[in-house]
Amino acid sequence: MPKSYSDLLREARSTIPEVTPAEVSQLREATPDLALVDVREASEWEQGHLPGATHISKSYLEQQVEGAVPDRAAPVVLYCAGGVRSLFAAQTLREMGYSDVRSMSGGFQAWKTQGLPWKLPASLRPDQKLRYSRHLLIPEVGIEGQAKLLDSKVLLIGAGGLGSPSGLYLAAAGVGTIGIVDFDVVDASNLQRQVVHTSDRIGEKKVESARKTLTALNPDVNVVAHDEMLVADNVDRIIAGYDVILDGTDTFETRYILNDAAVAANIPVVHASVFRFEGQLTVFQPFEGPCYRCLYPTPPPPELAPGCSVAGVLGVVPGILGLLQANEVLKLLLGIGDTLAGRLLLFDALDASFTELKLRRDSACPVCSDEAVEARKAGRSLATTSVGADAPFALGGSWTAPAGVVEEART
Amino acid sequence: MTAVRIPAVLRPAVGGEKEIEIDGATVGEIIEALVGRFPPLRDQLLAGDGELNRFVNVYVNGQDVRYLDGLGTKVEARDEVRLLPAMAGG
Repeated sequence: MPKSYSDLLREARSTIPEVTPAEVSQLREATPDLALVDVREASEWEQGHLPGATHISKSYLEQQVEGAVPDRAAPVVLYCAGGVRSLFAAQTLREMGYSDVRSMSGGFQAWKTQGLPWKLPASLRPDQKLRYSRHLLIPEVGIEGQAKLLDSKVLLIGAGGLGSPSGLYLAAAGVGTIGIVDFDVVDASNLQRQVVHTSDRIGEKKVESARKTLTALNPDVNVVAHDEMLVADNVDRIIAGYDVILDGTDTFETRYILNDAAVAANIPVVHASVFRFEGQLTVFQPFEGPCYRCLYPTPPPPELAPGCSVAGVLGVVPGILGLLQANEVLKLLLGIGDTLAGRLLLFDALDASFTELKLRRDSACPVCSDEAVEARKAGRSLATTSVGADAPFALGGSWTAPAGVVEEART
Repeated sequence: MTAVRIPAVLRPAVGGEKEIEIDGATVGEIIEALVGRFPPLRDQLLAGDGELNRFVNVYVNGQDVRYLDGLGTKVEARDEVRLLPAMAGG
């Protein structure tokens, strides 16, 4: 016997439990693993949706739901605009073996009318959808993640061996604002590894050269040039407002100044350093993992720690380490994966080997310990007392490199 | 004998070797034996008071000895000891 639409609707109502928007709101609080699926068309979803919902158009439900909700026993609530399509969609899920499926009565309209929270989905321009299409295909990134990257601010300390490859890939990835701190000019000896610069820009300011390359690669990126040397007097001003800092300098002085300011400002620093065929890489996530001073409480004397300009470096080593830094930056911005916080990754190009060492927070750290935080709040600094008078870069200290060392080592 | 991994920064002090096999029951004994054999290493590794310099970390099987027993950390023959000074190059 043929069935009418009302017959089908009646059947669906009799088999699928319905929940009101208020009940869904409570259910979400009480059931963290609740799968909330919006079965409307894409054009409706783009006008606004429930926070935390997954969008699967009813026409794609059978094809896509197993990817979004793999567990047949998981509690699922479906909604549409008015509560009818979601009832029929729920029947389909029942047929597929989902055991706990409900439909939200009144749909998104009722949800909005009752003043419950909803959000507009992130949106990209058509040209951005094309440019970032390979990111959009990854569930962990998607439109939301890409919009987050476009809204992010990353500061590169140095447009050199590490900053060049990381800057290129972060710009390509669509990190919306890339700040670059560098006071140097492009030198012919930089071009063996500093791939953001070009032969015809020798003598040009590195920040300007980098800006040209990065904006030519991706015009979405706003490059902020800080054409100055990072010092204790300007570090707080320069790093303010950035989400993540990528440390690609090659002097200890800058690394300690940056560490102390970044911990105080609670900004994560993705750290790398290179020497000949070797590199070290980690993430300093303030108060969650160790900081640079936990790892190395004091810098070595300059004669025991030659920089790249003295010791040399195989060009690909900062290339590899710089891209690993960019990878950590993207994970931090997207909030995905496990960062290297608390782990030091060593790379040896000759062995083609990676080694991982465990790092810990130093409970007596003069910068990130509880005691140091209290001291900072009270307007004093612990560093000079806890590190000892021999610490050249103690907070507020006045250490300066022997003449020529900083200049010479900076590449 | 325990294998001690020598990073590039320190390699000139040990004749370019990447790994030195050396005897010692503790980290302290191994460091003493190393600086005995390669005197230029002493300034790199040890401060005036005989403690490790704060800019050099020593790891035994991936763990920082500062959080084990420091120079007193026991070392077995098959353990891997790694010296790791700070480096700044970028």
